Amino acid sequence: MDFNDSPEEAAYRAQAKAWLEANAADHAARSAGGRRPNTDDHMAAAKSWQARKAEAGYACITWPKAWGGGGGSPIQQVIFNQEEGKAGVNYGYFTIGLGMCVPTVMAFADDETKQRFVGPAVRGEEIWCQLFSEPAGGSDVAAARTRAVRDGDDWVINGQKVWTTGAQYSDYGIVLVRTDPDTPKHKGLTMFWIDMKSPGVEVRPIYQMSGGSEFNEVYFTDVRVKDSQRLGEPGQGWQVALVTLMNERLAVGGSAGPNYAEIMNLARDLPAGNGPALSDASFREKLADWYVQAEGLKLTRFRTMTALSRGQTPGPESSIGKIISANQLQDLSNLAVEMEDQYGIINDPALAPMEAAFQQSLMWAPGLRIAGGTDEILKNIIAERVLGLPGEVRVDKDVPFKDMPTGR
Amino acid sequence: MNFDYSDDQKFLKNEARKFLEANCGPAVVRGVMDNADRSYDEGLWKAVAAQGWLGAAIPEDFGGLGLGHVELCAIAEELGRVVAPIPFASTVYFLAEALLLAGDDKQKGELLPKIAAGELIGAFATSEGPGPVTPASVKAKVEGGKLTGVKIPVTDGDIADVALVLANEGGKPGLFLVDLKGAGVQSETLKTLDPARGAARLTFSGASATRVGAAGEGFALVEQVMDRAAVLLAFEQVGGADRCLEMAKAYALERYAFGRVIAGYQAIKHKLADIYVKNEVARSNAYYGAWALNTGAAELPIAASAARVAASEAFWFAAKENIQTHGGMGFTWDVDCHLYYRRSRQLSLVAGAPKVWKERLVQQLERRNAA
Repeated sequence: MDFNDSPEEAAYRAQAKAWLEANAADHAARSAGGRRPNTDDHMAAAKSWQARKAEAGYACITWPKAWGGGGGSPIQQVIFNQEEGKAGVNYGYFTIGLGMCVPTVMAFADDETKQRFVGPAVRGEEIWCQLFSEPAGGSDVAAARTRAVRDGDDWVINGQKVWTTGAQYSDYGIVLVRTDPDTPKHKGLTMFWIDMKSPGVEVRPIYQMSGGSEFNEVYFTDVRVKDSQRLGEPGQGWQVALVTLMNERLAVGGSAGPNYAEIMNLARDLPAGNGPALSDASFREKLADWYVQAEGLKLTRFRTMTALSRGQTPGPESSIGKIISANQLQDLSNLAVEMEDQYGIINDPALAPMEAAFQQSLMWAPGLRIAGGTDEILKNIIAERVLGLPGEVRVDKDVPFKDMPTGR
Repeated sequence: MNFDYSDDQKFLKNEARKFLEANCGPAVVRGVMDNADRSYDEGLWKAVAAQGWLGAAIPEDFGGLGLGHVELCAIAEELGRVVAPIPFASTVYFLAEALLLAGDDKQKGELLPKIAAGELIGAFATSEGPGPVTPASVKAKVEGGKLTGVKIPVTDGDIADVALVLANEGGKPGLFLVDLKGAGVQSETLKTLDPARGAARLTFSGASATRVGAAGEGFALVEQVMDRAAVLLAFEQVGGADRCLEMAKAYALERYAFGRVIAGYQAIKHKLADIYVKNEVARSNAYYGAWALNTGAAELPIAASAARVAASEAFWFAAKENIQTHGGMGFTWDVDCHLYYRRSRQLSLVAGAPKVWKERLVQQLERRNAA
């Protein structure tokens, strides 16, 4: 039991490090200097970096070389991600496209389509988004109401998607639509790829409770797509979506948020009655609980890496990640804000400790507990897929979709 | 990255599971629990000794198998799964580990081979009353090699041959070896939360005592021993917590209410998912403790504290929610849920309560953060 690389892993890490040193230095310098995500400058830096990685086989490390990948193993991808993070040059723009959308295209599109799209996506020339969630179907993705109606060689799409990450800068997307409302809901869906610049596609940013606008609504008004843009057979959209979502689960995620050292530093300087907050017994007890959870999560990722390193499929333990990290960010932010007592209400970076980082994470955390699977859905997944408990009683399985109660 | 049991360790663990399933079913535990005059299962103790487990981490020079601490952790996990009614922790995690840490050659040469052979039961005596053990709580004292004072509770104190006793000598704390079968020792068996693990009040009136480790270093040594024991106990707790989840799952899948199995209700599914999450957090922290213990890493105090806090929480949660999942059946004496509920309390308290460890963890983090 140790944390060491195997000789092969160490060799790969050294090679990746050397390449990053030779290639990322100038890039990291250019990416610094106040560049913020979702600006043109930031995007340009991300795209040029992705192109350089693709050239060297470091974009999509686990994909076959024939598709522009690196022909490597999952553990090599994890090692490269770690080193890339240390080098300060990782961007999130391509994660959804390369992690979920393009693998779906590769699994279901014809050769011509694959030849057209895979290379540009790997090289960062084109960005993809995933259009699944709807106002009437978040956890219940298969309840999609956006309609596509056949019209000659085309399909005409009308409806609305929501919480679409990156729609504002995406070139293409995969969209799950209802093509047959007369069959039960899982059977009437179809998947298409779509050009986000098509007439009738309108992207509107969502003004979130956090004050930011990272997500979007996407409206479809008489949007025409060719039948050749269909991924999978008509009515097989749910099976296609499951492939997309399975790829999502293969990603080994990290967790964002303040670490224990930051909280301790804040608590050391913060007055709390008879001394600093750090000397308050109830605070210390919570700090210990929090540290144990955060460590548990980090160490669980090491266990997942170990399975990859041994050439095994990671066990179900990796499914605990987001439930813990999202709840922890929320509780911890609130603890930090309460430590500031009355002053904690101030959300002005010029006045609040740590530039109001805790006030801001407090307002961001509710979204984290919902995005990518709510706490409740994730617990269902653990219960059903990990522990093997029965699925929910379904009242929607055999009812034609158009007859399903919607509460409206 | 190699952060898991090795194939050999998994093999050992699997063999241990098979052995304990055959030799330590609930009837064995109940045989001790339901008989006030029994504090452990003598047959199981002998069988475990014959397996070599008592000496798993004791070097071959001292009669052990000299395997290592990760192997001992694997065995501990399996003992925890079956709430084994034997003085394994007292003898191995506390006495043997303390001797390996601070014993002189004579002490090690005399006692470790007997421990490995199952010929000697140990105990670790620090508490003297309600509340955490601190330098100020120690009233027992040694003068001219003779110990006087009272220790309560001492787990396995009623069956142990030898105890390590925390006492002051010349006003400074030390850890002393005492032959419990010798003169000046009186033992009184106590009624405990977990009757499958005995405990005693030990009254010393001039018992012969030999110091282990340097003079005045007793409290630091107790903390070092506790760190090692905490990691090993965490594996017993993880084993027990995992077993609770299995029991709850099995019952939920066979129990019908309102026309279907209760495992289909989200109230139950989410409860079991919560247990699973806590168990995995505990397992990962325990593995880190095992790594630190096995390699003698400087991180051991932090790793041990985190392992103990996470494992205590996980076992407590799993044990109480296992009873809840079983409903009224879970509250009966005949159903095994309470064996785990009891053991979860025994293991959480025997090396100091989680609250004490949380404080110790934060102190260590402050130190690391300042460095």
